[in-house]
Amino acid sequence: MKKLVSYPYILWMLVFIIVPLFFVAYSAFTNDAGNFTTVNFTSIAKYTPVFLKSLWLAVISTVICLLIAYPLAFILSRKSPRSQGMLIMLVMLPMWINFLLRTYAWMTLLENEGLINKFLELLGFGTVQMINTQGAVVLGMVYNYLPFMVLPLYSIMCKIEPSVLEAAQDLGAGRFQTIFRVILPLSRTGILTGVIMVFVPSVSTFAISRMLGGGSNMLIGDLIEEQFLGGAYNPNVGSALSLILMVVILIIIGVTNTFDSDEMEGMLV
Amino acid sequence: MTKVKKKRRVGSNLYLGLVFLFLYLPIIVMMVFSFNESKSRANFTGFTFKWYADLFENDLIMNSFWNTILIAVLSSVIATILGTLAAIGISNMKKAARKTVMNGTYLPIINPEIVTGVSLCLLFVSLAGFFGLQFGFTTVLIAHITFVLPYVILNVLPKLRQMDKSIYEAALDLGCNPWKAYWKVVLPEIMPGIFAGFLMSFTYSLDDFIITYFVSGSGFQTLPVTIYGMVRKKVNPQINALSTILFVVVLLLLVLMNIKSAKSAKKAKEKNY
Repeated sequence: MKKLVSYPYILWMLVFIIVPLFFVAYSAFTNDAGNFTTVNFTSIAKYTPVFLKSLWLAVISTVICLLIAYPLAFILSRKSPRSQGMLIMLVMLPMWINFLLRTYAWMTLLENEGLINKFLELLGFGTVQMINTQGAVVLGMVYNYLPFMVLPLYSIMCKIEPSVLEAAQDLGAGRFQTIFRVILPLSRTGILTGVIMVFVPSVSTFAISRMLGGGSNMLIGDLIEEQFLGGAYNPNVGSALSLILMVVILIIIGVTNTFDSDEMEGMLV
Repeated sequence: MTKVKKKRRVGSNLYLGLVFLFLYLPIIVMMVFSFNESKSRANFTGFTFKWYADLFENDLIMNSFWNTILIAVLSSVIATILGTLAAIGISNMKKAARKTVMNGTYLPIINPEIVTGVSLCLLFVSLAGFFGLQFGFTTVLIAHITFVLPYVILNVLPKLRQMDKSIYEAALDLGCNPWKAYWKVVLPEIMPGIFAGFLMSFTYSLDDFIITYFVSGSGFQTLPVTIYGMVRKKVNPQINALSTILFVVVLLLLVLMNIKSAKSAKKAKEKNY
């Protein structure tokens, strides 16, 4: 009887999470008239370069986030408890502003008449084309999703006792050995969680690429959006794209095996 | 040795400073230029409040602001009730059933938001055929309840697990019926989790753009959807003004919360002595 109280939720979940995913699959394998077809998949073969580009830019952004966040998280975890709370709040604070507004801030900074170009001109470099480039898209991803990388790394590094590091040094490990043979293995799960949390939104974004990449840097997200709400209206093709994106991401998550349910709960508490 | 240590500390503080500069410079520039008289993003030509005045007279923005609040309140309240009941039910399930339900619960968290948005969009399109469901308030509300529900469950479940099961049994022994025992004994125990889940739902709902964008249609827009429409067209200093207001409000809230928790921590400390 106690289980009964969860039935409204289970019903909700079935109707609004599971069934819609079947709609995506159904729509991907049918045409306008509702007949079975695989033409949606063959017709998106031409978008392979876009797929590869999305994966590539997301990988670069994830790596940059990891490189910036890893030392940051370690430094934060060695601060006094008081300043730790304060500093983590400062890392999180930008996340409270909608990502569109944060991306917009970079849009105005990077454009040809923007502040950065004004400085470059003053220094005699002339105008540098920064907006509407791949670099700008990567910058937008790194800026928006960096805190997603910092948080899991920080929470795992807080669990590494200073005595462990001292022990490593006492036993003759140098700085690099301490980093690569002690800190890195101990923070493995944090790295995996952070990588997934940055990679998934990066690879599927459409707003960041639209705003900072202009029309010439379309990603998978932009393609999907175009098929549902844009000029190239074709939900069947859009569904096929979404299905592939979802499968790719689920495979990546499965391989890294990040979302162990018990771990997830632990992270939220 | 101490010299090396000191050097390292300076180095790490410098690194912290650089990262925070990267995080905050764009926001500070945006705030400064919200007071700029001209539309230029490079030259500060004079101080003005006119973009703020424009903002409050912009019906589209004000309407979408109230829409956002309405959706956030309704979706987080409904999701908190549904999710708390779900968590209680799930915690009483056998292992296999619990695992199945939890896998379903993680699905919207793991899935890219765009896929969730697209899938709901497709569902609503076909429901429109059967029930005459219109894209707008209802579809946005349903979508928001759906994607915030997992966060309620994930906040409440650990509290149920930590709870001492014997207090529920004690309540039964002392003459409560099961409903009353849950209401009077279990609920207060798991309240912090429920509250955290509610807050998380509320902020996620306020902030969501991607899913809302796919299910909102043209008649009912939330603030992020309106912002996207504005930034795509052209640069508009009203957006700077809007960001500044939002940032200051969030900052004030966080500072207030910190002061409050510092005070209660101090009180708890005094009590212990």
